[in-house]
Amino acid sequence: MTDKPSQKAPHVGLFATCLVDLFRPGVGFAAIKLLEDAGCTVSVPQSQTCCGQPAYNSGDRRDAAAIAKTVIAAFEAYDFVVVPSGSCGGTIKKHYPGLLGDDREWGARAEALSAKTHELISFLTDILGVAAVSARFDGSVTYHDSCSGLREMGIEAQPRALLETVDGLTIREMADADVCCGFGGTFCVKYPELSNAIVEKKTEAIAASGADTVLAGDLGCLMNMAGKLQRQGRPIKARHVAEVLAGMTDMPAIGESE
Amino acid sequence: MSGRETVLGKVRRALAVSGSESDREAAVEQRLASPAAGVIPKRGQLEGAARVDLFCKMAEAVQAGVTRVASSDDVPEAIAKFLRQNNLPAEIRLGADDRLAGLPWEKTPNLTRKSGPSDGRDLTGVSHALGGVAETGTLVLHSGSDNPTTLNFLPDTHIVVVNAGDIAGDYETVWQRIRATFGKGVMPRTVNWVTGPSRSADIEQTLLLGAHGPRALQIIVIGGTA
Amino acid sequence: MRITAPAFKENAQNALTDLHLQRALEHVEAGFIHKRAKVVAALPEFDALRDAARDIKNHTLEHLDLYLEAYEKAATKAGGQVHWAETGGDARAIILDICRKAGAKTITKGKSMVSEEININDFLAENGIEPVETDLGEYIIQLRGEPPSHIIAPAVHLTKDQVEADFRRVHTHLDAARDLSESTSLLAEARGVLRDKFLAADVGMTGANFLVAETGTSVIVTNEGNGDLTQVLPRVHIVIASIEKVVPTLEDVSTLLRVLARSATGQDMTVYNTFSTGPRRPGDPDGPEEYHVVILDNGRTAMLGNEFHDMLRCIRCGACMNHCPVYHAIGGHAYGTPYVGPMGAVLAPALFGLDEAANLPNASTFCGRCESVCPMRIPLPKLMRHWREKEFERGLAPATQRWGLGVWAYFAQHPRLYRLSTRLAIGALGWLGKKKGRFRALPLAGGWTRHRDLPAPSSRTFIDQIRDREQ
Repeated sequence: MTDKPSQKAPHVGLFATCLVDLFRPGVGFAAIKLLEDAGCTVSVPQSQTCCGQPAYNSGDRRDAAAIAKTVIAAFEAYDFVVVPSGSCGGTIKKHYPGLLGDDREWGARAEALSAKTHELISFLTDILGVAAVSARFDGSVTYHDSCSGLREMGIEAQPRALLETVDGLTIREMADADVCCGFGGTFCVKYPELSNAIVEKKTEAIAASGADTVLAGDLGCLMNMAGKLQRQGRPIKARHVAEVLAGMTDMPAIGESE
Repeated sequence: MSGRETVLGKVRRALAVSGSESDREAAVEQRLASPAAGVIPKRGQLEGAARVDLFCKMAEAVQAGVTRVASSDDVPEAIAKFLRQNNLPAEIRLGADDRLAGLPWEKTPNLTRKSGPSDGRDLTGVSHALGGVAETGTLVLHSGSDNPTTLNFLPDTHIVVVNAGDIAGDYETVWQRIRATFGKGVMPRTVNWVTGPSRSADIEQTLLLGAHGPRALQIIVIGGTA
Repeated sequence: MRITAPAFKENAQNALTDLHLQRALEHVEAGFIHKRAKVVAALPEFDALRDAARDIKNHTLEHLDLYLEAYEKAATKAGGQVHWAETGGDARAIILDICRKAGAKTITKGKSMVSEEININDFLAENGIEPVETDLGEYIIQLRGEPPSHIIAPAVHLTKDQVEADFRRVHTHLDAARDLSESTSLLAEARGVLRDKFLAADVGMTGANFLVAETGTSVIVTNEGNGDLTQVLPRVHIVIASIEKVVPTLEDVSTLLRVLARSATGQDMTVYNTFSTGPRRPGDPDGPEEYHVVILDNGRTAMLGNEFHDMLRCIRCGACMNHCPVYHAIGGHAYGTPYVGPMGAVLAPALFGLDEAANLPNASTFCGRCESVCPMRIPLPKLMRHWREKEFERGLAPATQRWGLGVWAYFAQHPRLYRLSTRLAIGALGWLGKKKGRFRALPLAGGWTRHRDLPAPSSRTFIDQIRDREQ
């Protein structure tokens, strides 16, 4: 049984992230299912585009701030903003307030939005008190801790706790699960050789775990790892953890054809 | 403008201060006049025999040897025995420390004692520590004719005598003793914390003992058993 | 050393294919990461100590002018001579002057990153004074004519075989048939060779991990004891230290020492922590007759009081680089500056210029592991981002990169345009990639597809599918 913290169903604004929107909508639908199953009403503001992290991390504070304002305006009316990504979620929650801190009005609005912004899995467990999911996945998985999710948003135990409740699923932890996969946003295209060296270590660890599938909470990391595994000719699949928890693993794994 | 004025001027400009703000001066004066201990790990905060036992355990964990004797009368024989057991010549160099001079060396007539700072050719040096710190098995020594600093570093083997009663739980306690001995704000030329024998891991991260300082450190603890 | 940071990409590429280096870098994990984790787990107060350490440095930096004056007063009272250098050049001139007055022919050196920063070795050699590095790692790289590749373990990039080859090449006075297959033999040889140098030196120069204002004391921290032999045997002891090394009291330095060794090498305490104040006292049988401290700015004041202020808390433990995936991949030389890894990425642009060192703060994934292990709680990724902001303001980034990101940012602020263009682009890509599910190659995506496949999107974006459902 899930604990509902208020009588009225929490109204969640889903911030899908640009990668989910463009490359893997299934993650968005999995997020909706998980949130609705936990008793939320979910809306998807259609004006959403990007959280502004590429501009922010490239030193373009002006554009990042402008984008942040559009996100705040589109989402601040909801009870919660939920993001299937530790990286984009972290940008909104941890970085928007500092980014707009010099502006009294927007700084306050950024703080307010930050207070109700959460990454998807930790929202389910820590805010809604979800302790189990009803899903089935026959196979073994290994979980990669995406850096922002781990170090900015404190996500580590929560996905594993929910994965433990998936019928038929075995978790095989990899060595160095908490070490960067080498994606780093624009890093992977600014320094391709370096990024490659780092993702090679990650795919070695994934393979050594013996798992059939690698999961994570961030699509950037997943596309990076999936792309490398496939280039190496390895049969290991990659999925967003939300897909498995929502029982929506009929869709092809990342980089697989239908 | 001197280098001093230039650098201090830049510091002050960066901090947007003139340097004569009385509240800043008071804060600095206060901290220097009444140094306060920070976070002190519970680990070393033991009493009596337990504290001495911890010191010995921590020292051994960093490859120091530990000999425990009941009284200072036992020290010369403990030294002679250690040298025999390690196939070292029965010859040591020590400083002018009264606590060492006053030991019953007549019990070890075959042990040759040389005095003064090391000339780089001694195999074994003997010092008496000011004290120790149980938290990490650390010895505290200081410069002077009693225990020349070169004895801590030049001889191949360093034997250090320490009284169990001088082993503190933490470094802060020893700093208080040094202040009491030399005066507040006054230090000898050198205070040495020594934790184990010399080592290096500079070759493929492999730990090797005896880099430039002593290859072996033997600590003789006087007293302190339950 | 000569700054080669502008060639970072090329240097990094060479590092990735350097087999000796890659083999040597494997030791970093066990040698540093696991040891630190173990010793930290054994000390419940470690996080509280980090907070205390950060607070000590913050307080000191806020009152830096006053603590520097207090330090100078106490050091002078104890018979020391304090010199102030604004730039590296000033420091070199002061040091040369001291050495000349001492009639020095050789000078032994304890490990000092500040001395590396100001290129003192080459300068002294040019002026007829032979500097001899005595830290084993520093000695090895001095033989090779290389800069250090790590701020704590200068020779971490070398294998045992390489060290043996260098010893054989340089120590020609020793028996050519001697067995050097074991590391213990290499160590014994270095000990013997350097012992003679220690005893013959006219001047000894060390850095300082800390300067204690209360007592006018300089602190050095070594495992080998080389710093001690450097400073106790010669007639003159010179300390070179930058301004942010000052801490207020002996208690404060004890707090910092508790986090330093644990963060650096995974030891509870480094073997030798030496607190030196002034020259030898009357009646002392050993110790230097002259004690000089050269206090150096060289760019620190340009970080004080602004957005880079937190970097001045650094105690040079090296934990950040030990845990950095980029450092693990390429080692230290690729950075092309004396300071490497995450701390180098923040410090190098400040000390050597953003023009020279811009690559360093850019070559980071912002994974944050460095910040998570920094004993002084320095927000390293945030500081690297500040350098990227400065770079952006000055228009230093490559034009194609600025243009691409600018286009994305424009679209991100114009949802209708964004929807229209992405619908088209994703539609096309989805259709092209439908059969295989991924792309091995794609125009404009060479940076990605050189090393990995690009997963194909499905044909309709998430938002469009939501819109479809609602209609």
